[in-house]
Amino acid sequence: MADRAQPLTFQQGLGGCVAAGVALVLLGPLAAVALRAEEAARLTGADWAAIRFTVLQALLSAALSVGLAIPVARALARRVFPGRRLLVTLMGAPFILPVIVAVFGLLAVFGRNGWFSQALDLVGLPPIEIYGLHGVVLAHVFFNLPLAVRLFLQSWLAIPTERVRLASSLGFTARDIRRHFELPMLRATAPGAFLVIFLICTSSFAVALILGGGPRATTIELAIYQAFRFDFDLGRAAMLGAVQVGICAVAALLVLRFAIPRALGGSLDREPMQWEAFAGRGRFADGLIILLAALFLVLPLLALVGRGVDAMAGLPPSVWYAALRSLVLATASAALALALALPMAALMARRTRTGLELIGALSIAISPLVIGTGAFLILNPIANPVALALPITGLVNALMSLPFLLRALLPAIQQAEASQGRLADALGLKGVDRLRHAILPRIWPSLGFGAGLSAALSMGDLGVIALFSSPAQGTLPLEMYRLMGSYRTDDAQGAALLLLALSLALFWVFDRGGRLRATA
Amino acid sequence: MRHTIMATAFSLIAAAAAADTPVLSIYSYDSFVAEWGPGPQIEQAFEETCGCDVQFTGAGDGAALLARVRLEGTNSDADVVLGLDTNLMDAAMQSGLFAPHNVTVPELTLPVEWESETFLPYDWGYFAFVHNTDMQDVPGSFAELAESEARIVIQDPRSSTPGLGLLMWVEAAHGDEAGAIWSGLADNIVTVTPGWSEAYDLFLEGEADMVLSYTTSPAYHLIAEEDDSKAAAAFEEGHYLQIEVAGMLAGSDQPDLARAFLDFMLTERFQSIIPTTNWMYPAALPVDALPDGFDTLIMPERALLFDPATAAALRDDAVNTWLTALSR
Repeated sequence: MADRAQPLTFQQGLGGCVAAGVALVLLGPLAAVALRAEEAARLTGADWAAIRFTVLQALLSAALSVGLAIPVARALARRVFPGRRLLVTLMGAPFILPVIVAVFGLLAVFGRNGWFSQALDLVGLPPIEIYGLHGVVLAHVFFNLPLAVRLFLQSWLAIPTERVRLASSLGFTARDIRRHFELPMLRATAPGAFLVIFLICTSSFAVALILGGGPRATTIELAIYQAFRFDFDLGRAAMLGAVQVGICAVAALLVLRFAIPRALGGSLDREPMQWEAFAGRGRFADGLIILLAALFLVLPLLALVGRGVDAMAGLPPSVWYAALRSLVLATASAALALALALPMAALMARRTRTGLELIGALSIAISPLVIGTGAFLILNPIANPVALALPITGLVNALMSLPFLLRALLPAIQQAEASQGRLADALGLKGVDRLRHAILPRIWPSLGFGAGLSAALSMGDLGVIALFSSPAQGTLPLEMYRLMGSYRTDDAQGAALLLLALSLALFWVFDRGGRLRATA
Repeated sequence: MRHTIMATAFSLIAAAAAADTPVLSIYSYDSFVAEWGPGPQIEQAFEETCGCDVQFTGAGDGAALLARVRLEGTNSDADVVLGLDTNLMDAAMQSGLFAPHNVTVPELTLPVEWESETFLPYDWGYFAFVHNTDMQDVPGSFAELAESEARIVIQDPRSSTPGLGLLMWVEAAHGDEAGAIWSGLADNIVTVTPGWSEAYDLFLEGEADMVLSYTTSPAYHLIAEEDDSKAAAAFEEGHYLQIEVAGMLAGSDQPDLARAFLDFMLTERFQSIIPTTNWMYPAALPVDALPDGFDTLIMPERALLFDPATAAALRDDAVNTWLTALSR
């Protein structure tokens, strides 16, 4: 795959240009903030404490999310049961929820007054204490387990059926299959999944503070918030933003050293792997794992439905307009994200370059506050940032979802190249034609999944609009925060439910569309 | 996206057509400009007399608002900034971006004297711990609260104006003992939230017995929800004040309009909108003009407040005291 002998094609050149553009849009604002600073900044002892806590909780959260996702994805890959597809979609929901909504869902189950504590109370036990490092990790696993499960599930189902069948007919035992097929797949998928989840957790702020139980749980993002708003110290904000980029770079370099490219070769475009036949024993264990994961991920969603359903019909008109605006914004943002991700992923599939991987992961690591403020500083002299609030939010949302889109697309493109690449080379297929005839028909499911993820993330993300908006252009998450900020808790809960429903619906439409297109 | 471009284009055309109507641009915090906040009613009321187009822009909360104005510096489009408080006033003054208001100040209904020649108050409130009326043994001081088993949720002073207000409250009431008070409170604090709304929601969800809010918070539940189950605890050391202010920018291209707005801000028309939209006490409205329900609120006997310069000087040390006590 790392075919360096070939000259750069147009497609690869495009991928490089897109990657450079993405890096510029992400790092430019950081530079703008640094340049505006009046004096050089030094990191204080409190900043170092924040950096330590940030890295610690992110490591724990990512390790636990990935570790738990493997048995869950394996169980889901091995068992077929009615409603499986719906369950897989629902289990993905926590990842696309706005964090504050998800926190309240989680508290309704695991809080002091939550269902779990109420059940404990019935048998005379004290309520559970969720606030602390364990609470932060619990919340981050809740958000990110769905992503990890989806990434692993995709990889499991992508193991070429005919190879496993052949191996099986040659007398491979379940253990042999594990060693020769499942472990290499995990080795290819797990480092990337670990990296994105680690990076998501490093930019955590509200979750860490609320569930961490106080200032011990100060993260870098909170320190940036403080630098901007409390101290108006742009130098320190930029310095902390650079620390985030540094952590991202170190993590990406370390993780990529462990990653090995997938080397399973091509398949013949047959149905996805049917693991059921090879699963053998362990039905009960698989069922239990699926049940526990489903309860953990779906119960908080049920709590959100219960809290919001009464208020939903009576929501003020501005909330419905905001919902419409958010839908348009999310769709546009997903289209843009796809347009950026396809050429980048195509380039990454052909040449393994750390720089590209780094750019592809950067946008989750950089503080939205730094990007938003930097963009504001760059735009303010030339245009009115308030008039551009929606396009900028769409662009930033697209960039924020890029890493997930790349993770979803890359394995599929690699596989398509592995199975069709040589034929395409022999036929002289290049650029758009190669994409259309050799690659696209084989990656529709991943494309649909990625676009759905991107749209849903954009829908649920408060994003940079909170930094510069006029009252008339609020998005649904912003309207929800405004309701929360004016005592209107019931309406805010209704808006949160609307947001949950629309995000899931968006995801479902794209995901389903991709799969239908693939079988059409 | 295309829709947005079209909308922008149309609004530009509309703006060009109405070029002879001057625009008064007001920056405020999000909950002020929201549909259900005071913003829309105030916009309508002022436009009836000013012959101008009032445009509100929202920017997070008070601290975000000041950061926004400082980022824009002298290029700011804003004419009036509405929504800072006395803890932010010193930094706002130091920025040099604000101009004297030159408004003849009517009789104010603040519990303290008002002296600033740059900023004018439009509303105020006392910080207080809000609880459910069925709570047993409601604490009557910080010491009682620290000794009690009550679980409280507060806001982070580094990201929230009420959070900083609480720090100032403890400093004003206990001075050198502030560190000891915070150490005593540490085991009562369930958690600390980034902003007011998350803390208040946690309290409503039953995660805590009390939440740092305002003495006027129960009025919202009483008037808007006909729910009399919330009350604010009266503390014997007195309650710290939050006074919310507005000022005009020196770089405003509509200084006369900006001044007219600040004048209007202290008239009955503006002031009577405040109580049931911003849920605070108006700064220039007699008590008997307040809506029914406000008479049920506790009225602290002692008002605590640092002047802006003292508050600014105390701020960093107070935050360090707080961090040290709660990080143990």
